[in-house]
Amino acid sequence: MSKILILLKKDFLLEMRQQHTFFGILLYVASTIFVLYLAMGQPESTVYNGLFWMIQLFVCVNAVAKSFMQESKGRMLYFYTITSPVQFIIGKLIYSTVIMLLMVILSLVLFRVLLGNPVLHQLQFLGIACLGGISLSLVFTLMSAIAAKAHQNAAIMAILGFPLIIPQLLLLIRLSRAAYGEVFREGALLQITLLLAGLDLLVIVLSVVLFPFLWKD
Amino acid sequence: MKLKWWKILCIVFLFFTFTAGFLIHVPIIGNLHQSIRNFFFHVPMWFGMIGLLSLSLVYSIAYLRTQNLKHDVYASEFAKTGIIFGMLGLATGSIWAKYTWGEFWSNDPKQIAAAIAVLIYLAYLVLRGSMTDFDKRARISSVYNIFAYFIYIPLIIILPRLVQSLHPGGMEGAKGGGNPALGGGSLDATMEMVFWPAVFGWLLLGLWISSLKIRLSLLANKNLIK
Repeated sequence: MSKILILLKKDFLLEMRQQHTFFGILLYVASTIFVLYLAMGQPESTVYNGLFWMIQLFVCVNAVAKSFMQESKGRMLYFYTITSPVQFIIGKLIYSTVIMLLMVILSLVLFRVLLGNPVLHQLQFLGIACLGGISLSLVFTLMSAIAAKAHQNAAIMAILGFPLIIPQLLLLIRLSRAAYGEVFREGALLQITLLLAGLDLLVIVLSVVLFPFLWKD
Repeated sequence: MKLKWWKILCIVFLFFTFTAGFLIHVPIIGNLHQSIRNFFFHVPMWFGMIGLLSLSLVYSIAYLRTQNLKHDVYASEFAKTGIIFGMLGLATGSIWAKYTWGEFWSNDPKQIAAAIAVLIYLAYLVLRGSMTDFDKRARISSVYNIFAYFIYIPLIIILPRLVQSLHPGGMEGAKGGGNPALGGGSLDATMEMVFWPAVFGWLLLGLWISSLKIRLSLLANKNLIK
């Protein structure tokens, strides 16, 4: 446990020291949403919803990609000697989730400011967006590990991750319609939320089980 | 040519499918008419695809446990044949859909699920192609294969409950217009007699194709893989 905390601290410290990468992604989010605003003004709720999740997907690929790609080969060897793979992957999962949640909140604000506000239940939408951010970042963390091990760029991460993220994305898009005022069958909301949480759990378990095989060279 | 018993069985089953499948008397259900015979060719593709992809998963797990490169060759060849079955399933299904539902593609959950499977396993092949080192390629692609399979299975369970389906056995109370409920239970007895041999025939053909490709691949790399 304490080792996970140290690994997390190291990641956040690096983030603080190399602020250009963090702000780079912030700028990426902001300029994408601004371009969207220029392209379509203030869209109605279905388009708004679709755009929101697509932007989250692309932001996630960019934000989470570096969690493994920033680690050089020598440094990975160093981690190999001091921690276990399970601690390492858990640290990375938490780190990318936190980064992604920051991005989600920022894009929510920007969407609200630039693209208007068709959302009826703000808090609910915030909750769904956070849940979505967690789901996206968990899947893409392992994809990032695979892409980094294959010495590839972020493009392969997108190729690997996009088909896999479709179930979560569909569930999220469906779930967020509730926040736009669509009425669901009794219990359906809870069911979808639990399903998403279950999928997240599955992804975490798979990451923890599979990462040790990726890690040794 | 040495024919093993299952290869003979495959030939017999497929011969039976291609003759009986076209000759037997089929029930006329809704707007399906004679196109229902496609049932013997289209549906077994999915059995074949899922079967071959599951075998690919088994060999990926075996690779991670034993580090034997042979298992990786098995996993990749099964995945490739699985993709071919998936594409054939999409093609036969689209043609069938055009004449019964009116469109080649109507965003049916089973169509989407099949397309996603093909995408996932094509990505698997892209990943394999991006690496040259044998051990590394085997290890990393096995990890992806296992991860993808376990994400894919929940997907095919979830998707039909989210999207309305024209396929038989779709979302409750939301059957597509003009769609006969041809679920597993309501299959006509004579059709069932042809259907199950067809499923096993096609599955065995998939195994046969894969085994040839595996042998070829093992021969091509015989200096590397013991």
